[in-house]
Amino acid sequence: MSNTTTETVDLVLSWRLPSRGRVGMICFIAAEAAVFTIFVVAYLFYAGKSISGPTPREVLHLPIFMSACLIVSSFTIHAAVKALAGARTVWFNVWWFATLILGLAFLAGTVHEWTILIRHEGLTISTNLFGTTYFSLVGLHAFHVTVGLLVIAVTACASLASAVSQTHAERLDILALYWHFVDGVWLVVFTVVYVLGV
Amino acid sequence: MITSNEAIVAETYPLEAQQTGLQPISERLHEWVTTVDHKRLGILYICLGLLFLVLGGIEALIIRIQLAVPHSTFVSPQVFNRMFTMHGTTMIFFVAMPILLGFGTYLIPLMIGARDMAFPRLNAFSFWITAFAGFLLYFSFVGGGGLYGAGSAPDVGWFAYAPLTSRAFSQGHSTDFWTLSLLLSGIGSIGTGINFVATIVCMRCPGMTLGKMPLFAWLNLVLGGMVILAISPLTAAQIMLCIDRYLGGHFFDTQAGGSAVLWMHFFWIFGHPEVYILIIPCFAFASEIIPVFSRKPIFGYPVMVAATVCIGFVSFSVWAHHMFTVGMVSYANSFFTLATMLVGVPTGIKIFNWIGTMWGGKLIFKAPMLFCIGFLFQFLVAGLTGIMLAASPFDWQLGNSYFVVAHFHYVIVGGILFTIFAAFYYYFPKMTGRRYSEKLAQWHFWLFLLGFHLTFDFMHIPGLLGMPRRIYTYEPGRGWEHWNLIVSLGALFQVAGVLVFVFNLSWSYFTGAHAGRDPWDAWTLEWSTDSPPPSYNFAEIPTVRSRRPLWDQKHPEDPDWHYE
Repeated sequence: MSNTTTETVDLVLSWRLPSRGRVGMICFIAAEAAVFTIFVVAYLFYAGKSISGPTPREVLHLPIFMSACLIVSSFTIHAAVKALAGARTVWFNVWWFATLILGLAFLAGTVHEWTILIRHEGLTISTNLFGTTYFSLVGLHAFHVTVGLLVIAVTACASLASAVSQTHAERLDILALYWHFVDGVWLVVFTVVYVLGV
Repeated sequence: MITSNEAIVAETYPLEAQQTGLQPISERLHEWVTTVDHKRLGILYICLGLLFLVLGGIEALIIRIQLAVPHSTFVSPQVFNRMFTMHGTTMIFFVAMPILLGFGTYLIPLMIGARDMAFPRLNAFSFWITAFAGFLLYFSFVGGGGLYGAGSAPDVGWFAYAPLTSRAFSQGHSTDFWTLSLLLSGIGSIGTGINFVATIVCMRCPGMTLGKMPLFAWLNLVLGGMVILAISPLTAAQIMLCIDRYLGGHFFDTQAGGSAVLWMHFFWIFGHPEVYILIIPCFAFASEIIPVFSRKPIFGYPVMVAATVCIGFVSFSVWAHHMFTVGMVSYANSFFTLATMLVGVPTGIKIFNWIGTMWGGKLIFKAPMLFCIGFLFQFLVAGLTGIMLAASPFDWQLGNSYFVVAHFHYVIVGGILFTIFAAFYYYFPKMTGRRYSEKLAQWHFWLFLLGFHLTFDFMHIPGLLGMPRRIYTYEPGRGWEHWNLIVSLGALFQVAGVLVFVFNLSWSYFTGAHAGRDPWDAWTLEWSTDSPPPSYNFAEIPTVRSRRPLWDQKHPEDPDWHYE
């Protein structure tokens, strides 16, 4: 009998399961990926099927700078979380704010691009199929960037108030998963909209 | 470790238990509205589903009264369109989904020896947004007219094919209520799906490896994954429809080069896995109930798991069998015919395994078992008509006929609803602490069985004779009228059965004999705690060494882990 009890105690002590935050975020990302897949499929399905202009070739330019910003921000957020896990708070702040600024730069790029498209090229969501699919796909992605930036900004404020410490590294790592996903989606959007679609 | 846990429990919880009996009704209501307890949310989900079951049932009755005789003028064609749209939408999204997700929410933590779901507040959010979506859909009866004064409830059919949903053909706000309601309930379902997966992956009690989980947990894990991947495309398609209707987009606008067929693809990429999302929890109920009432462990546990995962995968590649009549290229027809027939293989394996479980067992024919046996037989028949419709040339003849309507009602009522009733009777003692009346339950079973077969067996025949679905009336002399009358009469028996069911559960809730912890002599963890379980589920988190932990506890001389 005592043998069984020892076994049970061993079992309880050695029982390890994945973190629920991480699993939850991965599931959420899977759901989001399915949503984006449908929008990407719609974009590809309608590519070149607009019955009036303007066409992507006439109005789209490769957004190199803003893409670079978003890709680099994926590395900076990773560095920030690593710094926090090692209790290097100053470096955490540096990398975290860098992420925030790079994300904002990306959004500013989208604002700039959309202003030109709407004001000067006369392309809106209701102009033609290209407008509908372009603004909804890029807009959906920009919406996800905005949500991510809000959370990053809230964390930045908390950090300024010295409320972020090493114990939060796991949670911020899960947030970073989301940010990497947003970054990865942009690579797909970039390829589909600006490379294949033109 | 363990002793300190016990101390905390003893300190905190009896106080709460003492309070509940004395509180005024406003405070108790407040507790239910603000609760994050998975058991209360599960019950709320189930009650929401029952409420909408009544509404969807009334709509079905209106449809059947209208079609009972030819040239009927019971309702106008416009009202008829609203009735079948609301009936379909309600029954799928606000009856079947809430009840099945509700049982999962209630049972999963209890079965895996956890104290709550992984994300209790997300759980509450999912429930309330689903409830809101349901009421939003029904608010369309009042607000659907909108500023144009056109329309009332949605009348575009439950799959809302384009271009019916475009502004030109659907004025007023009826379609907006439909699309927003499904968008919101989809978000709720995805939240619950995430919660299911995270709970089952991360919250299992010590010793419960994946291979030792009850099949119920396994099947709900697959269900969670399917909800995450299948409901999201619907959500995306609803966003596109909103863009079309509000912002002048052209996704499904054929005038501007958009495609009506793309909507069909997007809808059925959701729509067909949805059928499996509904049936997999029912498989889960059957996999718990049949062994207990056969007094044998489940036959072929690993194969059951593998078959479920197979169904999950294959179900994502069969959607276009809903679209054979659209006119796809021949290799698409062949592919989807083949894939659809393929999904019958793992499903067949499961049916054989349940029969294998019953084979040589000491069968106990109580209400849960009766409903499960009804399910086995009817689901088999539904599968056979499914195989018939999977053959695309056959489908070209009978697509959109009453044969199709009979087929999917055979799945949904004969398969899904029967196991839901089985689950109600099986888990009623656990959820309420009371026993239901077995006599009334048997009346329910036989009345409902008779009604079901009168309605849905005979519904196949007018379909074979060429009666299309969604017509509001028909000419006499086509050989349809007698069949339709029988079909409508069967509905009355079903209503009688459901009334007995509702009366039985309400009456037993107040007057039933006390059930005790384990009225069925079952083997999974939910039966090891009180009925109804305390808010913390288990005073001490259990440890598990086999698939039937309660058997091990009851039979220490012959525990299961010697054989697994």
